[in-house]
Amino acid sequence: MGRDWIRTLSRVLYIDLAKKSYWVENREDLFEEWLGGIGVAVKLYEEEVPRGADPLGPENAIIFSVGPLTTIYPMASKTIAAFKSPLNNYFAESHAGGRSASAIRFAGYGAIVIRNASERPVYLIIEPERVRFRDAGALWGVRSAETVGRILREVTGGAGVRSILRIGGAGERLVRYASVMVETFRHFGRMGLGAVFGSKKLKAVVIIAGKNFRIPKLKEYREIHREIYELTRGPGTKKYHDLGTAANIISLNVIGALPTRNFSSGRFEGAEEISGEKLAETMLARRVACVACPVACIHLAAIREEYEDEKFLYKTEFISYDYEPIYALGSNLGISDRFGLFKMLKAVEDWGLDAISTGVALAWATEALERGIISENETLLHLRWGDWKTYVEAIKNIVTQPNEFYQALALGVEEAAKKYGGEEFALAFNRVEPAGYVTGPLYFISLAVGSRHSHLDSGAYSMDQKLFSKGEKLPAPEEAVEKIAEEEAWRQVLNSLVICLFARAIYTPDNICNALNALDYDFTQDALRELGWKIYLEKQRIKREEGFRPTELRLPERIFQTPTPLGKISKEYIQRALETFEKIIGNST
Amino acid sequence: MVKRLAILDANRCVGCQLCMLACSERLGYAGLTKSAIRIVTPGGVERGFTVIVCRACRDPPCARACPEAALKVRQGGGILLDPSKCIGCGHCVEACDIGAIRLDPETNKPITCIYCGYCAEFCPHGVIALEEVG
Repeated sequence: MGRDWIRTLSRVLYIDLAKKSYWVENREDLFEEWLGGIGVAVKLYEEEVPRGADPLGPENAIIFSVGPLTTIYPMASKTIAAFKSPLNNYFAESHAGGRSASAIRFAGYGAIVIRNASERPVYLIIEPERVRFRDAGALWGVRSAETVGRILREVTGGAGVRSILRIGGAGERLVRYASVMVETFRHFGRMGLGAVFGSKKLKAVVIIAGKNFRIPKLKEYREIHREIYELTRGPGTKKYHDLGTAANIISLNVIGALPTRNFSSGRFEGAEEISGEKLAETMLARRVACVACPVACIHLAAIREEYEDEKFLYKTEFISYDYEPIYALGSNLGISDRFGLFKMLKAVEDWGLDAISTGVALAWATEALERGIISENETLLHLRWGDWKTYVEAIKNIVTQPNEFYQALALGVEEAAKKYGGEEFALAFNRVEPAGYVTGPLYFISLAVGSRHSHLDSGAYSMDQKLFSKGEKLPAPEEAVEKIAEEEAWRQVLNSLVICLFARAIYTPDNICNALNALDYDFTQDALRELGWKIYLEKQRIKREEGFRPTELRLPERIFQTPTPLGKISKEYIQRALETFEKIIGNST
Repeated sequence: MVKRLAILDANRCVGCQLCMLACSERLGYAGLTKSAIRIVTPGGVERGFTVIVCRACRDPPCARACPEAALKVRQGGGILLDPSKCIGCGHCVEACDIGAIRLDPETNKPITCIYCGYCAEFCPHGVIALEEVG
């Protein structure tokens, strides 16, 4: 096996924010055994973050990693961020695309580890041969993440081959679900990486590409590359390409699986108005891609707005949309006004919040107010389903935290409900607000046991939908758990390479082996699958050591009340599934 | 017939940079910065993308600016680089107002388009194509 390729990937850049120092280590040991992406990130996390670390303390680390296929093959376009989550205090990962992956790889690194905290605001410019620590005094307090990007574009160089990661006001104010914006419109959205940036006084990280690497087996590479390229342009990605993920609004609403008004129903009467079809017809202005992706799933809407104080003075703003933010800020808050929905989305983007967590937190607050559990003394606003103007104010309050209530809400819906009540309708799994599916029990099981409590852990929402469309009976809970774990284990391979999960049907064990072997690897399909399980169990082991016990998990009562396409969810079914999981995973970790 | 790369419609560009990756790969490299074609944004992706590539001028200023005659004018337009003559002075870069020539920092020689059309084979959205010089 030639070593050149893996050697170029194995360079890990270490950055110490306190000492303002950096160095590079050759970590072939890690990349050999754990491939890259999440595999390597998990091991680096083990090395860097001690058990019991405060997620917002200097002992937490930020780890970015890419993989052997990164942007060399189509749709291998993602970067993994690993860190301890300030939202739930466990190992967490968040994935983003844009230009982050190509910038890291061609800056000459397989992973970047950011240690410690800076005393004063700082931002980093990472280039192939150096790292610059720049005073971010002028940027700190710039509350719009979009504006921060606009400023840095002008001063850092590297146009076209750089990635700009930065936080807005939410990250600075340590909102536990603050995001990190990538380029424009992409994010490390979930699990609060933005707050970890904020806690380290790290306003932005700019990464600039500049290196080129010899492709080991060019002839084999060209063959397999073209084969995969053709597949990425085929029917397997059409949905993402055409309407984008927003296509799900109608398809989920039709079967009664679209979370509406805080998951109280799976059907939203206004779904048509905020559907992918309607958005494409009325507002879609441009489609954009991550590097090396022919699909271009990023859909940008243009909203044109006349100023209230001056007739004929207009502004046009661009906002990206996807299924999850539309569910979270739309149907789940009773919003069917497209314009209003986009104003909310824009606020979430600017402040640098996670759209899902924000929407779920506001839905709980709205219902709690409606039920009289809290009053306007707490919310300061008359939150009402469908009233987007008030929600835009509430989004701001989550960041500025004008009272104790919003301070609690900024910790996540679970914390807020613990303090104020209404836990039975506070939608969170292991303190993480869920993505938008009331498809059936498998999805909720996956949220409970998944290693990042994300819908993308195993795509169990799709398993539910398949059962429904085929009219099949629910598998035994033991079988369901196995299925979910198996899918999640395989996805560790994709997330180590690192391939966008929208290409999960395109990349098979077979063509992945060919793709890797053209780069001088020597992989068999069995070895890949085995590695997937190994990474999966490693992640589960770490979470157990950090105290995670699925059977002790608080499950929001709401999920047992709201009918799904597969009927009402049985508590016993879920309980049995969690016990099975506890047995299998508990024994093997 | 002499061919050149034509930008059919930059508005169709989604910024995937597959053309840039293809151009580097033609030389056997994985990377973005050896590419003769570049995709940049004029300040944020919402404003779309700019495609920068040699347009095969009939009377190319870059060739005239070269003190060593390392850039030959190609019949029908465009240029051909003789790397053995190039001294890496960068005058060609200065001369090209559309920014289609850059020096490769690794070799200190200009990166020039050879009008092969390999990039266009990997353009999924019909932004660029190889066309005959009219």
